[in-house]
Amino acid sequence: MADVDRRIRVLIAKPGLDGHDRGAKVVARALRDAGMEVIYTGLRQTPEMIVSAAIQEDVDAIGLSILSGAHMHYFREVKRLLEEQGASDILLFGGGIIPDEDVPKLKALGVAAVFGPGTSTQEIVDFLKKAVPERWKAQGLA
Amino acid sequence: MRKKHDWLRETYQKSLEKMPERPVAHRTLSGIAPEPLYTPEDIGVLDPEYEEKRGFPGEYPYTRGVYGSMYRSKLWTMRMFAGFGTAEQTNERFKKLLKAGQTGLSVAFDLPTLMGYDSDHPLSKGEVGKCGVAVSSLADMEILFEGINLEEVTTSMTINSPANAIWAMYLAVAKKRGYDWKKLGGTIQNDILKEFIAQKEFIFPPEPSVKLVIDTFEWGPKNVPKWNFISVSGYHIREAGSTAVQELAWTLADGFEYVEAALKRGLDIDEFAPRISFFFDVHNDFFEEIAKFRAARRIWAKEMRYRYGAKNPQSWMLRTHAQTAGVSLTAQQPLNNIARVAIQALAAVLGGTNSLHTDAYDEALALPTEESATIALRTQQIIAYETGVTHTIDPLAGSYYVEWLTDEMERQAMEIIQEIHRMGGVVRAIEEGYFLRELAEASYRYQQEVERKERIIVGVNAFTDEIPLKVPIQLVDPEVERVQAERLARVRRERDPRRVEEALQGLRRAAVEGQNTMPHFVECALAYCTLGEMMDVLREVYGTYQEPAYV
Repeated sequence: MADVDRRIRVLIAKPGLDGHDRGAKVVARALRDAGMEVIYTGLRQTPEMIVSAAIQEDVDAIGLSILSGAHMHYFREVKRLLEEQGASDILLFGGGIIPDEDVPKLKALGVAAVFGPGTSTQEIVDFLKKAVPERWKAQGLA
Repeated sequence: MRKKHDWLRETYQKSLEKMPERPVAHRTLSGIAPEPLYTPEDIGVLDPEYEEKRGFPGEYPYTRGVYGSMYRSKLWTMRMFAGFGTAEQTNERFKKLLKAGQTGLSVAFDLPTLMGYDSDHPLSKGEVGKCGVAVSSLADMEILFEGINLEEVTTSMTINSPANAIWAMYLAVAKKRGYDWKKLGGTIQNDILKEFIAQKEFIFPPEPSVKLVIDTFEWGPKNVPKWNFISVSGYHIREAGSTAVQELAWTLADGFEYVEAALKRGLDIDEFAPRISFFFDVHNDFFEEIAKFRAARRIWAKEMRYRYGAKNPQSWMLRTHAQTAGVSLTAQQPLNNIARVAIQALAAVLGGTNSLHTDAYDEALALPTEESATIALRTQQIIAYETGVTHTIDPLAGSYYVEWLTDEMERQAMEIIQEIHRMGGVVRAIEEGYFLRELAEASYRYQQEVERKERIIVGVNAFTDEIPLKVPIQLVDPEVERVQAERLARVRRERDPRRVEEALQGLRRAAVEGQNTMPHFVECALAYCTLGEMMDVLREVYGTYQEPAYV
């Protein structure tokens, strides 16, 4: 049983070749300021690197930041690898330049939330503070 | 004290001889005919610092514009950045833009191309043709410019780490079609320092990266004399979250760093400096943006003349492209972005830009559609032809606020430039993580201000709507990846393998021995070596760069 004060651990990742990292870094810092433990992967991560870092760091959630238009590919790959490695309990969310049309498709893949431009960081903090403990409860961890 | 009539008789007249006034009525809607320029004389005031700080258009220190007659003779170049999918699709978009009255081309490449990977490389998966056009070999470049007269248009290419290779491909197309390199005009971005600072599309470590840039400084003026072989860019620095002052300071610091590297190689400043061009962002704070352009020209002119001893006035002139701030566009109430873009574009024009891209209103959602890109171009045309801001040069000069703010931005920027200098230059500052830290601070501070509503963003943290507005968006055909892979396979099958091998060997030798790589890139391009092959040779010789993950 985890203690009630358990801190949420989040991996913020930049998959692919895109170097636009302002959003990822602002979010990482806001989550940290909100009391979470945040690991930022740095740029140019493959889905394999992201999933292996997530498992190694024992995170509760992975946030992917993608602005290049390649979001369908990367979310699908990360989700597939999480399942393959028995880590589908890790919450997957993301943000960036993602057309509305693609959001339902991403949700169908199992992406818990997609945050577009203009989202306040508080909204992301609130989302994680609700969604992660719910998962703990479901897994009998809290 | 220099008099206005002397300027009119000399600089203005000389400028008109090269390019006469546009055949439109330079008259207000009331029929008043503004003169080309207004100075303190015209309103009977004294400005003892006028010559030193403001001066006349086309004269040192160029605060009021680099050309004598500015928009009275020639409007800024309306240059819309475009590229998506395959070379065929982008070629079609280019032809439409030219037909719509655009005056220059500007190529957006996809991420694999920007990172020096062929479309069929494993790391390219999912990214081919997504945020620009895929160019993996001369075959793609030939299709991209099919049916376009390369001596008539000027082409700007946003390419950095693989800039030498992509430029070589463009020149190879020109050569094969019989165009004269001496007549070709255009720009390659080729600004690797700002990649390490902000945009992060680097391949090699800073030192060899700068060496490749200086190869173009050396080779360009002798072979393609009208080409801007660099566009020192503040745009990406700003988009990554810097302030306007940081953008100004860091961009100029980058420019000076290249000048110093070129001087170290023994190049003549007055041979290369006239072809250095710039690229700035233009954001919402109207007067700050106008002041930024004016301050940039003054700082560059002063430093080039007095610190670096350039004697050719063309070496003192900061010619610049501008682009409205993508980062200011909102996904909420997207049509509001048309108003934002119009105001930003107006600031760039009042700041005296030489070329301008206006963003499309849907770019916070996806790549622009044809319709949204056209509205963005029309916005420039409305400013150019309907608002009357082009009647007289630098119309905001003499405004207490604009002149004060220009001075203040110059002062603050010079402080930062000197700080970077004390750190040992831009490359040292990159290695010490200075820019990463400063950017993280500035962008977090801005986000906090927005969230606390100290800064209001219409439609985002105030005046919000319940019902989101749907706008049509541009989707990229997923077939691109397959089309590209097939074309690459054909190129590899049909080219002369011996010529390919020799060309790549030549490139490797030049890199190892520290010779100028440009002639070898051209030979590689003509031999249909792929972009990935050329970059792989250099990856082996120079190694690759990984930046530290810093939040």
